[in-house]
Amino acid sequence: MQPMFKWKTDDFSWVDFTIDVLRVIIVLGVVIGAWNTLSSGRISFAQWVNLFAAGLSQGSIYALIALGYTLVYGILLMINFAHGEVFMAGAFSTVFLAEALNRTGFLNAQPLLAILLMIAFAGLVSMSVAILLERIAYRPLRGSPRLVPLITAIGAAFFLQYTFRGLYGSGFKAYPGVHALQGAIEIGGISIPVVQVFVFCAALFLMLCLYWLVERTRIGKAMRAVSENKEVARLMGIDIDWVIMFTFGVGGFLAGSAGVINGLFRPQGVNFYMGFIPGIKAFTAAVLGGIGNIPGAMLGGLFLGVIEAIGPNLVLAGLGIPGANQLKDVIAFTMLVLVLIFRPQGILGERLSETKA
Amino acid sequence: MNMLRSQRARTVLTLGLLSGAFILFIGAVGMIAAFQEREVVDDVFSLGQLLLVLAPFATGYIASDRLRESEAEAQVMIIGGVAVGLLTALPTVILLLFNSAEYRFLLDLTLKLVPFVVATIYAVRLHRIGSDQRLIIGSWLAIVVLVGIVTFSFALIFEIKGDLRTVLPNISRDWVDVVTFDHRNELMTGIFTLLLVSAGAGAAGSIMVLAPPIPRKALLYGLGVTLIVGAFGETVRLILQENVDRDTLKLIFRRDTLRQNPALLLFIVSTISGFLWAKFGQQARLGFSNLEPSRRRAVNGVGMLVFAGIMLMLPWLIGRTLSDVAVTIGIFVLMGLGLNIAIGLAGLLDLGYVTNYAVGAYILAVLTSIGPLGRLDGVFTFWMVIPVALLAAMCAGFVFAVPVLRMRGDYLAIATLGFGEIIGKLAISDWLKPLIGGAQGVQAIPKPIFLGIELKNPEELYYIVLVASLVTLFVSIRLNNSRTGRQWMAIREDEDVATAMGIDTSRAKLLAFTLSAATGGVAGAIFAAKVGTVFPNSFTVFISINVLSLIIVGGIASNPGIVVGAVVLIGLPELLREFSDFRFLMYGALLVIMMIKRPQGFVPSKLVSHEIRTGVKAKMAAAD
Repeated sequence: MQPMFKWKTDDFSWVDFTIDVLRVIIVLGVVIGAWNTLSSGRISFAQWVNLFAAGLSQGSIYALIALGYTLVYGILLMINFAHGEVFMAGAFSTVFLAEALNRTGFLNAQPLLAILLMIAFAGLVSMSVAILLERIAYRPLRGSPRLVPLITAIGAAFFLQYTFRGLYGSGFKAYPGVHALQGAIEIGGISIPVVQVFVFCAALFLMLCLYWLVERTRIGKAMRAVSENKEVARLMGIDIDWVIMFTFGVGGFLAGSAGVINGLFRPQGVNFYMGFIPGIKAFTAAVLGGIGNIPGAMLGGLFLGVIEAIGPNLVLAGLGIPGANQLKDVIAFTMLVLVLIFRPQGILGERLSETKA
Repeated sequence: MNMLRSQRARTVLTLGLLSGAFILFIGAVGMIAAFQEREVVDDVFSLGQLLLVLAPFATGYIASDRLRESEAEAQVMIIGGVAVGLLTALPTVILLLFNSAEYRFLLDLTLKLVPFVVATIYAVRLHRIGSDQRLIIGSWLAIVVLVGIVTFSFALIFEIKGDLRTVLPNISRDWVDVVTFDHRNELMTGIFTLLLVSAGAGAAGSIMVLAPPIPRKALLYGLGVTLIVGAFGETVRLILQENVDRDTLKLIFRRDTLRQNPALLLFIVSTISGFLWAKFGQQARLGFSNLEPSRRRAVNGVGMLVFAGIMLMLPWLIGRTLSDVAVTIGIFVLMGLGLNIAIGLAGLLDLGYVTNYAVGAYILAVLTSIGPLGRLDGVFTFWMVIPVALLAAMCAGFVFAVPVLRMRGDYLAIATLGFGEIIGKLAISDWLKPLIGGAQGVQAIPKPIFLGIELKNPEELYYIVLVASLVTLFVSIRLNNSRTGRQWMAIREDEDVATAMGIDTSRAKLLAFTLSAATGGVAGAIFAAKVGTVFPNSFTVFISINVLSLIIVGGIASNPGIVVGAVVLIGLPELLREFSDFRFLMYGALLVIMMIKRPQGFVPSKLVSHEIRTGVKAKMAAAD
């Protein structure tokens, strides 16, 4: 920890000082809020556990999206701002498939198979969007200054949003309910909805698959090599363009499957704008865990989900702010800003080679 | 010879399919059907049909131009144009067939075949480059399964839903009407018409290339003027309304569309003037540059005076509706100039610019409102609050700038975006509701009063925006050439080097953020006074993106560029109301295209375009 008051030394900087003051204010706010809430006993232990579980499920969805940011950042050092829209593409397209499956009765007759089909479909749709995005928008800009691809990505994000708005209409859609996922599991007097358990397990499974892909397969090795040093990787006979495309594809697939999983968890609110906020939050998760770092993104996602679920009730309500749950997004975005200010390298640290960071 | 032929075929094929995809895309997102509402020339054609014709025409022109480069003969070029036209129509024709009841089986068949076709094509390519057998079979199987999942799902969706329209609402009857030229019931006739029109337009494009330059320029000019006047018929009518009596107006327009005879007359007149310009324009320009410097300056001065006069008289020339548009444009010019200080001069990509706008608007609203939320009973007037709004926005800019000073560029962008979202959520929250009214916002904001006159109409508000923009323009030009401006430029180019040169980067960056925030605050306050109510939905991330887009499109760090960008990006959707649904589609596409093709913008600042050019050279040198 740096000393808080440095004005007697020569390198006094009031910017550092302001940031330190900010740090103290935030810590104080969190402590006071949490203390007030906990001492008032408004929320029982079981409720805390429920909030925590819901946070974990939501967080696992963020984690899936965050992996896409991290994978791309690890290789190209660019923030693929349109990644939230890739998530939206899969989720929005698959609503129609889910409705069709529901109407034939297949969704409830064979829930597991139906969900697998949905995940595969959403994943492939998102994957195509991500690959097209890379091919058309990002590839021509490789090697340009960092802000150029970022502005492009912002443009691409809005372009994708309004393309899907045009294609599928601007109304809200909803995923049909799956009977097998309704109900709750009782553990020691605490009941946790089945869907939350399912969401968490499904996301975890996908993340393990990704980990295996990156760490244990040939193409994973190529991905790591490209992220280490593109030129040397090229000299080793790795087709860089293909690896980058593959990376975008994998990230897209995970985002699309996150779209379906999100649809099971929160069936309502599927429309063209659904990807923007989760996209920013997933980016927060990726930075939180250390961008470029795959386990970091998973951890960051879970962490953010939990903070977002518990934070409003614990801190904001404790500070006497009314309608604390409305401010859930504010918590997440504040997290984003705080992480970027105080620990841009994330919890686990960025995993980038020295030449890049 | 053979290679030349295949190269030409590839040019035609690529261009044709690209424009075909474009037509299909704008149809599927609903642009064609929406633009159908606006007739360009009364009873002749509408904007939607114009797009259908313009795309093959333009592509035919480009294709023939490319063919001419490979020294093709005239007939080859025309054949190329026709082929481009047919290819442009092809995707739309296929979708029309899929959409019709009789030919639905084609869709099912295609969805069944696509996985095998794609997999086989890929396998053949692998075979050609000599991959080993197992890889070929494996990838064939993998592609069949993967693509199969997608096509199977689509088949299932369309099977259960029964109709393409239930999934893709814009593949509607209206769309079918436009693309078949009103032959909805005789599909084959419609398809034939579409192919014919498209091929004709493509051929016309090639003929344009073949025509000698002067008539070509004249004709293109005439066509352009007529089509633009027709498309903006409503705007033109509103302007004429102020200056021409009713009966004449009725002769020219039927409601908002140009009548046929005036359109023809306009075409002839503009073609002739285009002809004269193409023929004698060069001489006129030469004559002008041969004038004595003092005389030339006089001519320039007169031009400037006329321009200034027009700007001063503008509201009275264009009427109330358009003045309203002009005020909106002005507000965005103001914001563009402000944000440009951060983005263009100092290179700080601020995506939370809406924060300052919101602060300015809310400060004005709360301090002057005579509604329930304004507790000051209108003690403060607009003029007293403007400096307050400016200061408040500066403070907000300062507060939000301090934490991000140490961040690198891309993180700074995302963090400021986060600030924008936080402000938006706070404005709508219950927490601050007693102060700023939550989702309902603040109402009953009085109009500014100047020398006893209430400036309640857009014509009068225009002058406030004009003065504010001029002041900002002046400040930003002066800043650009000042010591601080040079410091910003140094930071934009390389922060580490700037620090090493002894520039206090923290101070310079803070100054950039604060000054750019000030302008945003003033823009917000003027906006609040103009609209009369302030509510959170006006302050979304879309405002920031709007401003960013107009800066990028106009030209980073280029003041004239920003004005042009604002007029085009803000004015166009306001004037063509059908367009406003697609404005963010357009902005997004423009941002991507500009970054790839023209990063310096359409009206680039000299310095930046120089930098970009040398930057590209340096990059290429580094790549070698």
